[in-house]
Amino acid sequence: MTETPPLLRLSGLRKEFPSSRGPVVALEDITLSIARGSIHGIVGRSGAGKSTLIRCLTGLERPTAGTVDLDGTDIPALTGDELRAVRRRFGMVFQHANLLDSRSAADNIALPLEIAGWSAGERRARVAELLDLVGLTDRADNHPGQLSGGQQQRVGIARALATRPDILLCDEPTSALDAATTRQILGLLRDLRERLGITVVIITHEPSVVREVCDTVTLLADGTVVETGAISDVVADATGQLHRDLVPLPPLPLEHDGGYVEVALGDARSGTTSVDAVLALLREGGVPAEVAAATLETIGGRRVGRIQLEVDPTRTQEAVRLLQAAHLSPEVAA
Amino acid sequence: MIALTTLAAEGRWFDNPIIQQAVPTAIWETLAMTVVAGILTALLGIPLGVLLFTTSPGGTAPSAFLNRAVGAVVNIGRSLPFLILMISIIPFTRLVVGTSIGWQAAVVPLTVGAIPFYARLVETSLREVSAGKVEAVTMMGASRGEITRKVLLPEARSGLVAGLTTTVIALIGYTAMAGAVGGGGLGAVAMSYGYNRFESDVMIVCVVLLVVIVTIVQVIGDLVARRLDRR
Ligand SMILES: Nc1ncnc2c1ncn2[C@@H]1O[C@H](COP(=O)(O)OP(=O)(O)O)[C@@H](O)[C@H]1O
Ligand SMILES: [Mg+2]
Repeated sequence: MTETPPLLRLSGLRKEFPSSRGPVVALEDITLSIARGSIHGIVGRSGAGKSTLIRCLTGLERPTAGTVDLDGTDIPALTGDELRAVRRRFGMVFQHANLLDSRSAADNIALPLEIAGWSAGERRARVAELLDLVGLTDRADNHPGQLSGGQQQRVGIARALATRPDILLCDEPTSALDAATTRQILGLLRDLRERLGITVVIITHEPSVVREVCDTVTLLADGTVVETGAISDVVADATGQLHRDLVPLPPLPLEHDGGYVEVALGDARSGTTSVDAVLALLREGGVPAEVAAATLETIGGRRVGRIQLEVDPTRTQEAVRLLQAAHLSPEVAA
Repeated sequence: MIALTTLAAEGRWFDNPIIQQAVPTAIWETLAMTVVAGILTALLGIPLGVLLFTTSPGGTAPSAFLNRAVGAVVNIGRSLPFLILMISIIPFTRLVVGTSIGWQAAVVPLTVGAIPFYARLVETSLREVSAGKVEAVTMMGASRGEITRKVLLPEARSGLVAGLTTTVIALIGYTAMAGAVGGGGLGAVAMSYGYNRFESDVMIVCVVLLVVIVTIVQVIGDLVARRLDRR
């Protein structure tokens, strides 16, 4: 990544919600930064605190402690008009586009411009530009009910971009879409970053979304940051959870008698991406192995993979030792 | 039914001078009461419903005190029997209209009675607007007023019309009651001629006309509500 200062920097962010059984801690000591012009993924299971994090960023929720620094502005300290003004620096895209059914696609896109006080003429020109940007010029007069899920999400993205925000925040933007539409929307987001230089934050529970578009990623679990960094770095850490999530292997057969060893390829320790080299190593060590499953792909410009090897069940430890000696990161799969 | 067919068979239907003279005026009075009270109810009930919703815990301007205070007044208004309401606000009616008799005077208790009823229906319709839409527009930097004007009311408009239809139909029922105590209209005619003087043809004509008016309101209300629902 470039050395420009980050656009958004969170530090020591904490959020508690009151409940009848004492406070529920939704976020705890979140510290991370997002570079200008990057696409940053925030991943984690449902309930990890992803949506709460986004709501704290935009001042929809006031953090219990910590700072959210957008280009020198501390967002949680803002109120009233200042808060409303800073919100225009964020464009928000939702899982279910949240378009107004009472308005056409064009009028939905015009809404943030109305609120920001643009004149009717300026609005019309900008809406036309945005409809073109998301490829929906011919759908301007359709109401949301007449659009497909993917088209609705495009309108949602155009609406989020209307006032030229610095950051596009997307909360599960593709979770309600099928695989093909998901790819189209992700392609659009990448394209927008190239053309507009906008910074994009995508919240998702789908590893495939991170693989396809993100430059940097943060893994949240139980309200804390487990891992954060460039995709090429996190996939290279064979011991990390993100490596496993982003380079997935199919589950083992339901009934098996052991003898499965998984090895990372192209990770920071070994560097090798050759399945043949690994097989040869084991054969020469006297523990022949077969490939049961393998994943090899290019993520964040780095070729990484994971293979699942089947060996004689009585000799798994021997195989692990051989692989470790060659600076690989094996583990017995169970 | 038997009276009806007998009358029709003897060709005396519509011959009754009451039907020819009093009923047309009564129709006009009933319509006037309903329309004026309906318009006033919409104008005052919508803001009250908005207040009920926005001050509620999930609303855009939560205020437990205001919500409870307004809620209590609305609930009292709704639980008061219409007849009692009408009699108890006679001084207020005199103050506003100058008299407590006639259809103009009946409009006052009709409106006062219908406002809390409609306000609750407005509140329910606003509650059905998804929180996601409100959040989306809040994120655009919208003020509370803009959220109400640009999201809540337009998105709920189909429900607002359906609620107003229900309210207006309830109002038509109340006009008949108001008529019985000096408010004029079809209810008064049905009461004074049909019921008190046993002129059952007058009674039947009045009831049929009320049913026709209610049906027309319902059909138009449904049509408009459906046209406005773009989901
Ligand atoms: N308004 C709220 N009140 C109480 N608890 C909340 C509220 N919002 C979120 N939480 C809790 O915070 C945790 C994180 O929720 P959320 O941010 O929605 O997770 P995610 O988006 O990752 O699924 C959950 O345990 C959730 O129950
Ligand atoms: Mg969520």
